[in-house]
Amino acid sequence: MSFWTRHQVFEKNSIILVVGILLVIAIGGLVEITPLFYLKSTIEVVDGVRPYTPLELAGRNVYVREGCYLCHSQMIRPLRDEVERYGHFSLAAESMYDHPFQWGSKRTGPDLARVGAKYSDDWHVTHLTNPRAIVPQSVMPGYPFLAANEVDPDTIADHMRTLRMVGTPYTDDQIANAAADMKAQADPDNPGADAFAKRYAKAAVRNFDGKPGAPTEMDALIAYLQMLGTLVDFKLYNEKANLR
Amino acid sequence: MSQPSISKSMTIGESGLAAVFAVTAFLCVIAAAKALDAPFAFHASLAAAASLASVFVILNNYFGRPAALPPQEINGRPNYNMGPIKFTAFMAVFWGIAGFLVGLIIASQLAWPALNFDLQWIQFGRLRPLHTSAVIFAFGGNVLIGTSLYVVQKSCRARLAGYLAPWFVVVGYNFFIVIAGTGYLLGVTQSKEYAEPEWYADLWLTIVWVAYLLVFLATVIKRKEPHIFVANWFYLAFIVTIAVLHLGNNPALPVSLFGSKSYIAWGGIQDAMFQWWYGHNAVGFFLTAGFLAIMYYFVPKRAERPVYSYRLSIVHFWALIFLYIWAGPHHLHYTALPDWTQTLGMTFSVMLWMPSWGGMINGLMTLSGAWDKLRTDPVLRMLVVSVAFYGMSTFEGPMMSIKVVNSLSHYTDWTIGHVHSGALGWVGFVSFGALYCLVPWVWNRKGLYSLKLVNWHFWIATLGIVLYISAMWVSGILQGLMWRAYTSLGFLEYSFIETVEAMHPFYIIRAAGGALFLIGSLIMAYNLWMTVRVGEAEVQAPVALQPAE
Repeated sequence: MSFWTRHQVFEKNSIILVVGILLVIAIGGLVEITPLFYLKSTIEVVDGVRPYTPLELAGRNVYVREGCYLCHSQMIRPLRDEVERYGHFSLAAESMYDHPFQWGSKRTGPDLARVGAKYSDDWHVTHLTNPRAIVPQSVMPGYPFLAANEVDPDTIADHMRTLRMVGTPYTDDQIANAAADMKAQADPDNPGADAFAKRYAKAAVRNFDGKPGAPTEMDALIAYLQMLGTLVDFKLYNEKANLR
Repeated sequence: MSQPSISKSMTIGESGLAAVFAVTAFLCVIAAAKALDAPFAFHASLAAAASLASVFVILNNYFGRPAALPPQEINGRPNYNMGPIKFTAFMAVFWGIAGFLVGLIIASQLAWPALNFDLQWIQFGRLRPLHTSAVIFAFGGNVLIGTSLYVVQKSCRARLAGYLAPWFVVVGYNFFIVIAGTGYLLGVTQSKEYAEPEWYADLWLTIVWVAYLLVFLATVIKRKEPHIFVANWFYLAFIVTIAVLHLGNNPALPVSLFGSKSYIAWGGIQDAMFQWWYGHNAVGFFLTAGFLAIMYYFVPKRAERPVYSYRLSIVHFWALIFLYIWAGPHHLHYTALPDWTQTLGMTFSVMLWMPSWGGMINGLMTLSGAWDKLRTDPVLRMLVVSVAFYGMSTFEGPMMSIKVVNSLSHYTDWTIGHVHSGALGWVGFVSFGALYCLVPWVWNRKGLYSLKLVNWHFWIATLGIVLYISAMWVSGILQGLMWRAYTSLGFLEYSFIETVEAMHPFYIIRAAGGALFLIGSLIMAYNLWMTVRVGEAEVQAPVALQPAE
């Protein structure tokens, strides 16, 4: 019986054909994806990476909602020009608490993986409101509406709880104080600012949008942008130990 | 068979579906009332209205229909079910035009950013998923579902399985599109490329897709032909694999059952790998396997020649579906994804060139002995040119997946150009060709209203594609080279914004190409509309040609 005659078993039995398809398409995915969950070398061992603060998380949700990843990557490749333009290449550990990941696939605008602390808050407010006020050749849309939308401190704990269920290590303390922390991070005069700073290492406490009042989406988004890529101290990072 | 004394009663499907929709309507009203955010309330209300409408339509249809369901055969010939196919053909044209138009708008926004108008609902980041979903899932999806339900009936010589089920599939799928599309405009998105719909839309799609698989499979099972025709293998691989990909990439935990926001179960690097395992195989199985099925039915049919090689189709089928699934990591070259995964992805992507060209050769060589038809039949020409574009894209893709090439092409417009040579040239043209065949067939027309208009569509759209992809090749390679350019003193030569500025002329050319493609599709819509309304026009009557716009 030739190979071609044997193949008729697939051509004459739809269920066998479906099972055959399932088996054939399963292999590639299983081989490429499953090891990423258990190979220890997949994610580097680093200090400093922590879950997002409530305000940063709200800002990240704005980033996700507006589809920023469609024009901005958050993944610096280990190529000479990229490292010189944007900074140290991105580590897997730096996005390990990202649900979803936002590495992106297109750079209509520059990479944002290390945009944190590169520009002033004021620069971001002006730029987000009208990009061409600062960069005349920019093709980025303006986002003036962010300044008018307040973020909701009351529901952010639910978001953190959901994230904890999918693996982000938020502590009970962080979740219990989520609403207060959100307000505190955008207000240096807030009495809770010190307690907040203890809960989240290296988190900036500033009035990000420069305006009084409850934190807005502008505050949140800038808080998020200003922390991007700042958590790992590359002076202390052990490159050799994480070589793979 | 039919007994005049038969008493009329509801089928299990009718009563069951009506009951389920009634309950769903009730639950959706509650969800709308308790909604935490406005988009969720809007979507719950839409779902409630749609459920109520479904109950009404099911009952209304029941009271209006004869006691016996449509027979499986009439006079020994299969009684084909064409209604759902007509619906998808109409929706495909509608969504196609909508999707091309949104594409033109976002292309223009990149050339002239003032067109964002500082409005959140129409800024680039929200319109771009609307464009990709409208063309891939709405236009492409309706073409795939419509043609698959047609091909499976004809090639199995059996009426479509189910009475309401095919309608549930086609209407349910389009309802998913409405939920997904309006969601993007309102800011409801997972921000996972090509998998943007939120958890509740994903759940609904899962239900619809399982129903689709069952309808398709049940029709195959009751076939009158001993063999399953090759096109149906590809359709099956497309349906089954898309289900697997959808489930693998989208497990998400909603923050609340009454809110639109969810968090994806996967994080960071695993999410990235899942995403591009999904993303590249949305290309591989939605935009390739599914449309290859179209090629395997419509090209032989239109050329009136058998498929070139049966053995080649076997080899290329299994090789294609086996190799494609590995190719995802080439979207993540030089990222934090481990090197071994990247290398595997690259290797399999390069190998993928072979079965892809196997398919192309099988499609093109089917014209052996019928090449002269290209001169007289613009529909066949469209189908053949689509296969040629398929060959070109499937050479370009493996080349771009080589890491060295990718270090230049990644993050640039070259990727966009590559996608569009496949999407406009291959998927677009093979869909147009299929629609030009399908509409006269399902509406029982002798032929198309005007072949001359097909010719116009072909040339205008081809010109548009050439403008589009060459502009993107030049801008992509230019941008990639500018990013890595160094001065003789060892400094980066260009700031980022200088590279943005350099893109401007190419963005205008790209938008012009897109506009031509849109005009072509409008000509098609007019032509198909007239085909349905008046049938084939008199060949003798000299028609003064008006470019339809």
